[in-house]
Amino acid sequence: MLRLDGITKIFGGLTALEAVSLEVKKGSITGVIGPNGAGKTTLFNIVTGLYTQTSGEVYLAEKNISRLATESLAALGLVRTFQNVELFGQMTVLENVMVGLHTKSRSGVISCAFKLPRQIKEEKYIKEKALNWLEFTGLTAEAGNTANNLPFGKGRLLEIARTMAAEPQLILMDEPAAGLNDMETAQMAGLIYKIWESGITVVLVEHNMDLVMDICDSIIVLNLGKKLAEGTPREIQENPAVIAAYLGEG
Amino acid sequence: MDNSPQLFQYVLSGLSNGAIYALIGFGFAIIYNATGIINFAQGEFVMLGGMLTLFFLVFLSFPLIPAIVLAILISTVIGIAFERLAIRPLKNATPLSMVIITIGASILIRGIAMLIWGKDTHAVPAFSGNDPLYIAGATILPQHIWIFAITLLIIAANKIFFNYSIVGKAMRACAYNSQAASLVGINVKTMVLLSFVISSAIGSMAGIIIAPLTMTSFDVGIMLGLKGFCAVIIGGMSSGLGTIMGGLLLGLLESLGAGYISASYKDAIAFIILLLILFVRPEGLFKQKETERV
Amino acid sequence: MLQLFLKNGLVAKTTMTKEKREIIIFLIFTLAVLITPFFLRGSYFLNVLVFIGINTMLAVALNLLLGYAGQISLGHAAFFGLGAYVSGVLTTRFGLDPWLALVIAAAVSGVLAFIIGFPILKLKGHYLAMATLGFGIIMFIIFNETVAVTGGPSGLSGIPNIQISSLIFDNDWSNYYLIWTITLLVMLLSINLSQSRIGRALRAIADSEVAARVMGVNARLLKVQIFTVSAVISAMAGSLYAHTMTFISPASFGFNFSIELVTMVIIGGLGSIYGSFLGAAILTILPEFLRILQDFDIIVYGLMLIIMTMYLPGGLISGLEQIAGFIGSKIKSRGGSHA
Ligand SMILES: Nc1ncnc2c1ncn2[C@@H]1O[C@H](COP(=O)(O)OP(=O)(O)OP(=O)(O)O)[C@@H](O)[C@H]1O
Ligand SMILES: [Mg+2]
Repeated sequence: MLRLDGITKIFGGLTALEAVSLEVKKGSITGVIGPNGAGKTTLFNIVTGLYTQTSGEVYLAEKNISRLATESLAALGLVRTFQNVELFGQMTVLENVMVGLHTKSRSGVISCAFKLPRQIKEEKYIKEKALNWLEFTGLTAEAGNTANNLPFGKGRLLEIARTMAAEPQLILMDEPAAGLNDMETAQMAGLIYKIWESGITVVLVEHNMDLVMDICDSIIVLNLGKKLAEGTPREIQENPAVIAAYLGEG
Repeated sequence: MDNSPQLFQYVLSGLSNGAIYALIGFGFAIIYNATGIINFAQGEFVMLGGMLTLFFLVFLSFPLIPAIVLAILISTVIGIAFERLAIRPLKNATPLSMVIITIGASILIRGIAMLIWGKDTHAVPAFSGNDPLYIAGATILPQHIWIFAITLLIIAANKIFFNYSIVGKAMRACAYNSQAASLVGINVKTMVLLSFVISSAIGSMAGIIIAPLTMTSFDVGIMLGLKGFCAVIIGGMSSGLGTIMGGLLLGLLESLGAGYISASYKDAIAFIILLLILFVRPEGLFKQKETERV
Repeated sequence: MLQLFLKNGLVAKTTMTKEKREIIIFLIFTLAVLITPFFLRGSYFLNVLVFIGINTMLAVALNLLLGYAGQISLGHAAFFGLGAYVSGVLTTRFGLDPWLALVIAAAVSGVLAFIIGFPILKLKGHYLAMATLGFGIIMFIIFNETVAVTGGPSGLSGIPNIQISSLIFDNDWSNYYLIWTITLLVMLLSINLSQSRIGRALRAIADSEVAARVMGVNARLLKVQIFTVSAVISAMAGSLYAHTMTFISPASFGFNFSIELVTMVIIGGLGSIYGSFLGAAILTILPEFLRILQDFDIIVYGLMLIIMTMYLPGGLISGLEQIAGFIGSKIKSRGGSHA
């Protein structure tokens, strides 16, 4: 589904990623773990075209997406969430999800300004779909609220509802459980599982090891910008290099 | 026909204007580095420097030095008031709201200046007369020498302050990472206030030394401010060599362009340079490009 | 007039869908616009209303960019001026029909905006503000210095009125209805746009450009498109201004007017079309009152910009909505206790 080939990223003098190659299988939940500053978010930023890699290639289902603009990826089925939740804060919860359907609609400036019949139909479709995704994530009651006023945990859910609205094939989630309490984390795990069940491939960056070990079927460990290990949760837990990296950090 | 004297005049006036632009640019950089704000009211402090000096010197017949000191003092107090009343109280400041507030302040200051001093353009007497000096066949006004001398002095003082004094170093720490700075016990709010103090003082000084050459009025701040901004953009938002070079470069191009191409498009030259730099190298001419954090 | 439509809107809120409410508010507003001249004596007030209409168009145009997409322009007077000059020059020097000149003016302005939009809107925040400001000043210098074409600082006079067959728009009444018909149209289309997927995408860009792009919004292109739309509307307003005034000079299109436009949008309310009307109305009427205290207006604008940004970032329209909402809830609770 997603293949990285020798990705290197250098910021000024700092090598954030060094020759990282990895593969995410279609239909899997792949965890990416590693200590703070390991380069996990940088990896996501490169895959989603927000940063340009110093070298290396990114393939999405055999298509080279290394040089594609961020905005063209959603239509190819690749979306992500952010470590520091990036909501459209001034908009309502429903509108946030409606933006998620941007690639599922076509009307341009002219047909929107003149409310051409096709646009009216499209608008109805967008709203209906968005409401469905709110229900999927359990946010129906919040539909009319301003996103900025949501409690943090619901903000994380909304971000996922919004990405789901794009009907992706692959979702990259950057620490979806960070800042959540135990109950919310359990709900989040359930939601991620539900997303995976619907046939979507998930890549998960997460510090909550219980969550990662629980729901991932394959794990990649980054440390200081390099790939340290990969394997099943069990293999990773027993890998001495991984244990050393984590203990070294603590 | 030998037109090298003419060329020399263009270069001279270009460099002296450029020095002023660099000083104004410093004002922008100091506030920007402390707060992330581009202070659109920066030019108004330049105007205040000139107009206040004129006011004390000509209207109230003060001697030169007290007039200048008072002008700088009052401009600085206005700078402090601006920070305390409009910048500090603002909660969740966005770049947009900062642009608007500083623009609001700028037209407010300009409007008040117009009410007090009227719309006329005034000549300000030069610091030490208008008898030109002849150096190697070229003429230099004493005011040019004042401009270069004071600019050099301010640059040196600036350098010493930011590199060697405790407070200056603390301000630089804030610019680099205000959170970390506050963790090691630096009072970030004081540093922000201080940045307004320094930049309004430098701005008004710039206005004071240029006024005798260019005349002054309530609305000179817009253009001077924008050209100072142009200088600091070329210099990559630094309050150092880059901005000095930027200012001098702008001053020279402008003066040569006005002399040899068209005087009426003099101001347009500065803005075309500004746009070109912003389009092609918004990080400045002397800086490396960085990856913007997402 | 305004209170009426706000109150009606709010009473309607509880019982109607959002779209219906919008339509009703717009109809009430239109009705008010249509009948207002009948309650006014003398041409002075009509004239002021004509200017309110032109300024409303301009404020709405800027609001699409500033209030929705969150992108500032401190040079919008340039597009207004460009529209006025293209129209003025084409009709006076080449004898073009004013309508045709208006269309060309809008097109020229749109093409220019589209071309400079790409490099300019790549910039953000303060840099964008400075770049648009620089653009505005360059245009102002051009209006002033190309004397052979524009007439320079002394202006361009003898611009013909707009004409539809035998109907010439040369008096206050006909101008009022001409300007306001187009203003209402601009408002309606802008409201439609703001409530569509494009409007949502613009607001998304304003809130988080990165997230918007991840969701597939082509932020760069969309910003340029809305900049172009905004420039086209501004140029139309400029053209209409030229043909109603029959005289234009650069002084009307300078930096100060750009700032005035921003002030209208901020005071009225970012992201509210009716707010833009409110802001335009206030800033058109205020100088008329302040005429006694000549030149006081600039100080008032400065204060308003600062105070509004600090204490009422939603603009006056949000203040009015809050007040109306408060009254509305009072009325409702009283009604409830009776039942
Ligand atoms: N735009 C940037 N410019 C310079 N350095 C950067 C930039 N983005 C990230 N870095 C650096 O790259 C390194 C990797 O950062 P990254 O955010 O990818 O880590 P991470 O694994 O996501 O950490 P965390 O678990 O804390 O989220 C860090 O040292 C960080 O400071
Ligand atoms: Mg991270």
